[in-house]
Amino acid sequence: MTVGLFIPCYVDQFYPGAAIATLQLLEKLGVDVVYPQNQTCCGQPMANSGFEHLTKGCNELFIENFADFDYIVAPSGSCVLHVRDHLHDDKNPEAAKNISHKIYELTSFLTDVLKVKSLDAKFPHKVGMHQSCHGQRGLHISSMTELVAPEFSKPGSLLQMVSDIELVHLGRKDECCGFGGTFCVTEEAVSVKMGKDRVEDHLEHGAEYITGVDMSCLMHMEGILKRQGSKVKVIHIAEILNGIG
Amino acid sequence: MEQTTKDHAELAQEFNRDEDRVDWHDETLWFIRAKRDKAAHNIPEWETLREAASQIKNNVLSNLHNYLQQFEKNAIANGVEVHWAADAAEHNQIVHRLINEANVVRMVKSKSMLTEECGLNEYLAKNGIEVIDSDLGERIVQLAEEPPSHIVLPCIHKKKEEIGEIFHQHLGIEAGISDPQFLTETARQHLREVFLTRKVALTGVNFAIAETGEFVVCTNEGNADMGAHLAEVHIASMGIEKLLPERKHLGVFLRLLTRSATGQPITTYSSHFKKPREGKKIHIIIVDNGRTVQLGRKDFRNSLKCIRCAACMNTCPVYRRSGGHSYHTAVAGPIGSILAPNLDMEKYVDLPFASTLCGSCSNVCPVKIDIHDQLYKWRQVLVKAGYAPAAKKAGMQAMTWTLSSPGLYHMAGKAGRWVLKHAPFAVNNKLNPWFKQREMPTPPEQSFGEWYKQNGKKK
Repeated sequence: MTVGLFIPCYVDQFYPGAAIATLQLLEKLGVDVVYPQNQTCCGQPMANSGFEHLTKGCNELFIENFADFDYIVAPSGSCVLHVRDHLHDDKNPEAAKNISHKIYELTSFLTDVLKVKSLDAKFPHKVGMHQSCHGQRGLHISSMTELVAPEFSKPGSLLQMVSDIELVHLGRKDECCGFGGTFCVTEEAVSVKMGKDRVEDHLEHGAEYITGVDMSCLMHMEGILKRQGSKVKVIHIAEILNGIG
Repeated sequence: MEQTTKDHAELAQEFNRDEDRVDWHDETLWFIRAKRDKAAHNIPEWETLREAASQIKNNVLSNLHNYLQQFEKNAIANGVEVHWAADAAEHNQIVHRLINEANVVRMVKSKSMLTEECGLNEYLAKNGIEVIDSDLGERIVQLAEEPPSHIVLPCIHKKKEEIGEIFHQHLGIEAGISDPQFLTETARQHLREVFLTRKVALTGVNFAIAETGEFVVCTNEGNADMGAHLAEVHIASMGIEKLLPERKHLGVFLRLLTRSATGQPITTYSSHFKKPREGKKIHIIIVDNGRTVQLGRKDFRNSLKCIRCAACMNTCPVYRRSGGHSYHTAVAGPIGSILAPNLDMEKYVDLPFASTLCGSCSNVCPVKIDIHDQLYKWRQVLVKAGYAPAAKKAGMQAMTWTLSSPGLYHMAGKAGRWVLKHAPFAVNNKLNPWFKQREMPTPPEQSFGEWYKQNGKKK
């Protein structure tokens, strides 16, 4: 099985640690991972701003880079959801469709494809788990408080395999952090207020780290934590599961 | 009603100047969302019920012409007069004519978001007709000369102390009273006199039954009943999408409506109106006002399933922190943001962007409208129709070039990280909306791509 590693553009540029952890974790679990070096971005920033018609170049590049792998894995729910729902290519519709079936967000790839039952990782800290909306409500990687349905959490079940970790409970389990792509600047006031409220929930419950499957939400909350002078850190879930800490 | 040229982001920024108030507004509405969750979780078949409601509405929307004609025929047979209004103006004129025919200049009105949408109160005021809203929340905002900020809880943005002040100014109570019971009693006495003296009463319609020609009005205060039963003439305004095929379908919708809205099992009053009493009149005005256009938009027709429960507003993290008035339309929140652009794309171009697309709205919707997907789709429609600001267009084009070319992307990434590291003042300033209340990420030495070139496995 060969997996194509898709690293979202802002993770590539600003959070290489999360990408390295993803690569190392997959390799540790025996997966043959290839990182196509000509990749850029899935096109979501344009599409969510109403410019999906400008994403042709991104789509073609994505298909060129990833069409041949058995699976495509990315440490992001949001980018994976975008590819699943919106990747298209009029010249090559089959290739686009195939990709949307074989692309996975990292934690669901671990639970659903690799069926990971244990991890060699230790993280002796109090951790708050942020549910990023696109992974949760879009990809259904965990249950949602609005629905009358059994509870589950794919990322949560993986964190349970980490030694010495203490997961804190939150007042609002799955409220959006307010990042929202370009929303974070076009609706700055509400975006920041949502972020402050989300951060406060974690702080109030004693979290030393806030983790999640999407670095974009974490980047937004990190910006607020740093401005507040807080010692609390954000960390991508791949880094915890990979056993650094 | 206040007219504004400010967009959602600007109005939301104003709302956020008072952070304590934002916290209070957020917590008040979150409390209702939590009550909704509890009520829903008490019904094991909740998700099946939502699906049933959604399918019943699919049937209605696909066969609307038949159901409308069936409803009209049965209503007329019941002795009701039926009127058709193509748009808001025609609706308002019909109401005006009916009031004139009754030889009065005053009317009492229970809650109807359709009349808000049509601007009925302003139209009638201009024509010398006095309208008193009898829903308590609506009466409060009417006295304050504000539009409702929420479709179920019109004055949810007001604190009880502020309501006391409004009643002090308009209803003559002493200053400084904020006891809810006292304030409610004051409103009760004030409205009682109104109910007893008005000859014409207007109500909304929650559900119209094609099979029987009857309609159902749901209120918690009984104010629709007080108005309609005491008046000579009852006018009921309804959008064309309010139909249900058969009376038995109410069993699905009445179970969903108030659980979704406030967490109550059912509204206090679910009143069925079928035929006028001896010597009295009932008029039904069936209004299109853009609904058939929306019905013709494949991606957006589902929005007509809406039963106006406001669950999407209560759950929306943006609505809770920006307030209903920031949406500058009769129906605020996520549902309003997919309905309003249908009426006027230019005026409401900002609304589909006033969302993080978190998807909570679609999950609470009792008729399973794909609200957040429609927000995404409206963004595409509005940009393609040319309503995007020029600066945004240019930015998006530049971003597209960069992200479509690996060479440009790597160069731009490197340059960006270099700037953050060596010239942070270029981005860490007040022109950058990110930096206003957030720090920028710390730029790493290397991108992942650069690291992989050195450390990744060699092919």
